[in-house]
Amino acid sequence: MKRVVITGMGIYSTIGKNLDEVRDSLYHGRSGIGLDEERKSLGYRSLLTGMIESPNLKGILDRRSRVGLPEQGKYAYVATLEALKNAGIDQDYLEQTEAGILYGNDSSSVPVIDAIDLMREKKDTTLLGSGSIFQSMNSTISMNLSVIFKLRGINFTVSGACASGSHALGMGYFLIRHGMQDCIITGGGQEINPESMGSFDGLSAFSTRHNAPEKASRPFDRDRDGLVPSGGAATIILESYDSAVKRGAKIFGEVIGYGFSSNGDHISVPNVIGPVKAINTALLDAGIDIKDIGYINAHATSTPVGDDKEAEAINEVFGSTKPYVSSTKSMTGHEMWMGGASEVIYSLLMMNNDFIAPNINFENPDEHSAKLNITPKTIEQGFDVFLSNAFGFGGTNSTLIIKKC
Amino acid sequence: MNKTEVVDIINGFLVEEFEIEDDLIQPDATWSDLGIDSLDFVDIVVIIEKEFGFKLKGEDMINVRTLGQFHEFIYQRQLSNQ
Repeated sequence: MKRVVITGMGIYSTIGKNLDEVRDSLYHGRSGIGLDEERKSLGYRSLLTGMIESPNLKGILDRRSRVGLPEQGKYAYVATLEALKNAGIDQDYLEQTEAGILYGNDSSSVPVIDAIDLMREKKDTTLLGSGSIFQSMNSTISMNLSVIFKLRGINFTVSGACASGSHALGMGYFLIRHGMQDCIITGGGQEINPESMGSFDGLSAFSTRHNAPEKASRPFDRDRDGLVPSGGAATIILESYDSAVKRGAKIFGEVIGYGFSSNGDHISVPNVIGPVKAINTALLDAGIDIKDIGYINAHATSTPVGDDKEAEAINEVFGSTKPYVSSTKSMTGHEMWMGGASEVIYSLLMMNNDFIAPNINFENPDEHSAKLNITPKTIEQGFDVFLSNAFGFGGTNSTLIIKKC
Repeated sequence: MNKTEVVDIINGFLVEEFEIEDDLIQPDATWSDLGIDSLDFVDIVVIIEKEFGFKLKGEDMINVRTLGQFHEFIYQRQLSNQ
């Protein structure tokens, strides 16, 4: 079995467009949430969303490469550029090795809708243009980035709802661990637009705390009233320890455990047994004791039921050791397909800079969250091992455990 | 639309949209010289439809091998469409 390490990170998120900005936002507990008035005209209940600018890649990326990139593909390209630079990996290295890509993504709504609208209007498929198909597919990020960076290894997208990014990392970890790949670009991307979120808004899952957007996402707080959709992209370079040492790369952390499970239950209502199984499987895989976990980055999205079930699950496993817990979604909102990857980066930034980011807006606990050691304030304390949860529709659960190397 | 106007529109989108360098825009340049592949041609069809209001078909273009021939083809086609 090979050791699997993280040698690069890149992020494009609502709380910062690069690692430095995001680290500062995490430390200071800054929110990336705002209001999108356009959603009102579309009949949304909630106007709340993570706010992000679309990067302008003209002059950075050639036309053929840009034409196939949807919004979340642009975010992923920018995040991947930063991650590769951060890892000290250049284009020559990628072309001389068998690097792969496993990226989390589970929708690409705008290109699909635009194409259907145009097809119905023009009744001519050629007029959809050459980029539409490459923007429309769920595998849009992995298919575009694999061509842009001329990758020759594993190449597919992981669609596991709001655990997509986490499962992508887990799959990459398995492939490297078993000696099948030496270097994989992993991560998760998430579009932010009204078209993609209307059906989710229709389930009344989103917060409607319009009078205070920065206070709307309040995981584990007694007065939470729903999640806030968000997005961006996060890229993590996974590499075998041997390859990292050979290159003299800086190591930001070692992936030591991956656990997964399926609830076998309701499509949208979470339970306790599924997350407990994923957490325990990851702990078993890591071969560590619960007391070794210094920080838990919770999945908690700020929905009444979801946070309750996760709090119960964490308490069931960690009730005797009570590690620090926070949900960075309190600042970012729910980054969905991206969240499982971005939250590993957030936790790595904390671990490498000796602090624990706050679960902002955690003002009053409820019955279950009162049993956890949730921090509403930044803690100036380092830790050596963290656990990151990501759960999704269909009852998919993913837990990753990462330690200092 | 006169020939110069047609040429300006075509050369304009090749430079602006397709980011082809000015000095490559020559009447005897082939699609290959311009770096235009089959996917790019789909986008040219879209632009021609927007700019001139008619749809290019692949079979119409069999003998159109250079940029100069393309200028002439579009010029004649838009005249016959008027």
